[in-house]
Amino acid sequence: MNQTPIYTEFHPRWYRRRTSTYWWLRRPSYLAFILRELSSLFVAWFVIFTLVQIQALSQGAEGYQRFQDWSKQPVVLIVNLIALFFVVFHAITWFKLAPQAMVIRLHGKRVPAAWIAGSNYVVWALASALVAWIILGG
Amino acid sequence: MAKKSLEPFLWTLFSAGGVLAALLIPIHLFLFGLAVPLGWAHPSYEHLLSLLRHPATQGYFFVLCTLALFHSAHRFRYTLYDGLQIKHLNEVINVLCYGGAIVGSVWTVYLLWRIP
Repeated sequence: MNQTPIYTEFHPRWYRRRTSTYWWLRRPSYLAFILRELSSLFVAWFVIFTLVQIQALSQGAEGYQRFQDWSKQPVVLIVNLIALFFVVFHAITWFKLAPQAMVIRLHGKRVPAAWIAGSNYVVWALASALVAWIILGG
Repeated sequence: MAKKSLEPFLWTLFSAGGVLAALLIPIHLFLFGLAVPLGWAHPSYEHLLSLLRHPATQGYFFVLCTLALFHSAHRFRYTLYDGLQIKHLNEVINVLCYGGAIVGSVWTVYLLWRIP
């Protein structure tokens, strides 16, 4: 008990009740928050998957066939299905927050939140249709 | 460790990446993660390669992949920070998150550069 105290930048001198590591299981809204935060892992998975695909495309038709066989494996399909759920969850929560981040005024009145969120969904649908059309149409 | 002054810049990358990820990643994942492997769509190899050879496509993937990586790194950093209460590991976490995003960006540039 004779050690010199170690000072950190996190206010050790105040009494603080320790929060449980599993605080995010206490309420559905906390769980939704942590699920939204975990979408970052699946965004990273998407980038890795896409880079592997670009590499396979560069390796010729045989290389791309190997990529396609790999992406047909049940494990990869399930990971992609889960990833799709998380990125859609990210998109919905992102668009829901957009009206709070963008305050737009028209003729001195604030544009209703529903309009901003709604226009985000329209842009989402258009962007998705455009990407699908470019990739599939041809 | 990221200095205070870097935070707005990192947040801008997070935010820009978040918009692109929300708008574009679901359709990409749906097409190449589910629709094509399950046989619902059949884009040919030649068509995809000719798309990928176009400079606009390469610019698109560069912007999408790098911003998505920095978005992901920033958010995951705060997930660890809030979720696991491991503040004493801040510096290691910063290096791993943003370092990973930088490595991924370099990998992206390399792969796009060597497309035949």
